[in-house]
Parts: sequence; structure tokens; C-alpha cells
Amino acid sequence: MEEVKLLGTWASAFSYRVLWALKLKGVQYEYVEEDLFNKSELLLRCNPVHKKIPVLIHGGKPIAESAVILEYIEEIWPQNPLLPQDPYERTLARFWIKFGEDKFPIFYKFFHSVGEEQVKATKEAKELLKVIEEHGLGEKKYFGGDNIGLTDIAYGWIACWLGVLAEAAGVQLLDAESFPKLQAWADRFKEVPLIKDNLPDPDQMLNYFKLRREQLVASATS
Amino acid sequence: MAEVKLHGFWPSPFSHRVIWALKIKGVDYEYVEEDLSNKSELLLKYNPVYKKIPVLVHGGKPIAESLIILEYIEETWPHNPLLPSDPYDKAMARFWIQFGVDKGPIFLKLLHSTGGEDQENAAKDFLEVLKIIEEKALGDKKFFGGDTINLVDIAYGNLAYWFKNLEEVLSIKLLEPSTLPRLSQWAQNFLEVPVIKETIPDHDKLLAYIRRVRKKIVAEQLNK
Repeated sequence: MEEVKLLGTWASAFSYRVLWALKLKGVQYEYVEEDLFNKSELLLRCNPVHKKIPVLIHGGKPIAESAVILEYIEEIWPQNPLLPQDPYERTLARFWIKFGEDKFPIFYKFFHSVGEEQVKATKEAKELLKVIEEHGLGEKKYFGGDNIGLTDIAYGWIACWLGVLAEAAGVQLLDAESFPKLQAWADRFKEVPLIKDNLPDPDQMLNYFKLRREQLVASATS
Repeated sequence: MAEVKLHGFWPSPFSHRVIWALKIKGVDYEYVEEDLSNKSELLLKYNPVYKKIPVLVHGGKPIAESLIILEYIEETWPHNPLLPSDPYDKAMARFWIQFGVDKGPIFLKLLHSTGGEDQENAAKDFLEVLKIIEEKALGDKKFFGGDTINLVDIAYGNLAYWFKNLEEVLSIKLLEPSTLPRLSQWAQNFLEVPVIKETIPDHDKLLAYIRRVRKKIVAEQLNK
């Protein structure tokens, strides 16, 4: 079998998407931790266009962009399918993955902004969470239905990163009262054994993002 | 066969993308022209999340977002394939389609630019994007899809006509044989593909539309 390598970073939700998909498919891979302040030759060679992680290298051939990597993994390793069989349902799954990608900058804005701008960004982020909860998740147990799928993996950052980012930025975003269905999904998602066993340390994450936030605020107010 | 309907808007390149894919696959469909200043009840029902066109409705089931629609069309009507069959090549095609999406804000900046320096900077940034597309995505191929067009060509199709019209309105020259020889040649070849040639809107009509859009943008900027 051809060698599989994943270039990632420990605090990145995008990195974890790929990791989760590989583990759910039972694919053996070698993980390479990248230092984003000192990117490896390998990373720069494998992703010259964006110079970002994650990058999957399969049999020496690199693939960048987590959403693209997820589709590739689904096709190469069809066991434990992570997309519905029905073409229409597949399309809906992809629609929601894309929605998350398109809206990500808006979501992330609350972390990068201060004062009035942060208030506005937080409000916008909450509106997006509402759309995802009502239209994307609805009454389903997971975005993928009875079991987690690529859409759940793609929104994993809501379950596992959003709380830490919000705390570090001093805002409140996802709570059970405002988003009962989404919060319930997040709790369920984190209990899925393969997810639970593959999450960054929450204390380490909080420290990391608190430091990032301090740096951002310092440069924003200087 | 289940009925296929497309809700579109005549000058929208996103609308055109779907038309091209349907025509290449030989799929019969009913076209519904939407008035974006007065969106139909049906459109709002079909696309409550974005409230935008294009929306494809197949057997009563709606699909929104042009790139998502393209993937659906490719899977539902697999003849005349528009994506490579090799998974790695398919991933590369999707990578370049995503690249276009990521650089959307740079294009929008150019569309919304006002005043000399603002426009100059926006044009410079967009040129850099076009250079990457030419060098790394197209290379020496006739089309992004090789000998025939595929979803990547369809995704970048607006560069060949819509963007060329915008250049005229803004009095800029970016996509030129002198600056982007291969991409310029691709644009020419793309417009000669029968399905494309037959479906893009009339040049003068589209130019007038883009001029109106620019006028509105500039007026809004001045009012700020």
C-alpha cells in the first residue's frame, strides 16, 4: 500500500478534519507536525500555491485544501463511507460543507476584532450558527444522519474549537439556551470515540489561543 | 425522467456555468428568469439560506450554489464527464476550482474599486492571481481540462467574457496576450466552444449591464 503522510499542526481544526477522516477509514499514515513560523521544505514544495497545512501526501503526490483532501480520502478509501450514497443527499452534504468554508472568515472575525467591530462580528457569527442549526442540522442526530459524516467533520471546529476561541476572545457564542440542537450535536460529536480520542489538549489550546488573542489585540490597538 | 428547472439571471456568470454544464450533458431543462430586485416566492423557498440564483430544481428538489450544482450535474448525468476519472487528477481540478473561490474577494475588490490608486492596487493584485492561474493551473494545456473543457474551465469561464467586459468598463488591460499569453489564448479557445459561443449573452447587452452595475457601485461609494 502506498505511503500516506499528513502535514499538520496540533492546534488546527483543518488539520484535525483530515486526521479524523483518515482514522475513521482506518488508514495508516505518518503525521508530520509543522512549525508555521518555520515551514519545512516539504510543505513549501507540496503546497507552493498556499504554503498552508493541512497537506496530504499519498504515494508521494501532494493534495492541499482540507475540503479537497476530504473528498479525495472518501474516494480512495470507500470503507466506512462519510458521504451519503444518494446523489441529492450528497449534494446537500457538500452544500453545508461549502457554507462553512464560505462563512469561515465571518466566524473568525470575532477573534480578530476589538470593541464595536467585535460586537458586530459576534452578532453575525451567532446569526450564522442559527442558520447552520436550523437549516443544516435540523432535527438530525448528526449532520450525516445517524452517524457522523464529512459535514460533521467539517463543522468539528464548532464543537471543539469555537468554545476555546470565544473564551480567549472574551465573548460568548455557542450555548445550550440559544442553540439547543447545535449544542446537543457538539456534545454528541465530542463523545464519538474516534473523535474523543483525537482532540488537542483543551488547556494547551486555551493557552495557545489566549496568547494569539493577546498578540492580535496588541497589534490592533497599537 | 424527472423535470429539471433552472432559476437564473441572464447576466450572471454563475447562472451561465450551470447552463453550460446542462447543455454539455444534453439535459433538457426549463429556464426561469429571476428578477433579482423582486425575487420570486419560489426562489426564496428553494434557497432560503442564500436567497440567490442559480438554483437547479430536479424532480422538485432544489440545489443552490453554482459549484455545488455543477458537482450534482456531473454525478447525476455522468456521460460527457466534466471531471477527471483519476481521483488525484479530480482532486487537482477541485483544488483549482477552490482557488478561484478563495480569490473571489480580490476580484470583488477590483469590481468595487474607485479612484486611481485604489483601482491600480486592486488590478495589480488581480493580475497576480491570473498569473498563478495561467502558470500553475493552465500551464501549456489548451483548456484546464486538457483537450476539452471541464468543470475548471467552466468555473473560470467568466474570465473569458464577463471579466473582459469589466476591463473595458474600467479601462484596464490585464488579460492581454502581452501579459498573459496562454490564458488569453485559452479565453479565445473557450469562447469558440460551440456550447459557450451559443449561450453567452450578447456582448453589447452585457457591457451595458456591467456599466450600470459599476455606476451604482461608484454612486454608493461616493455616498458613504
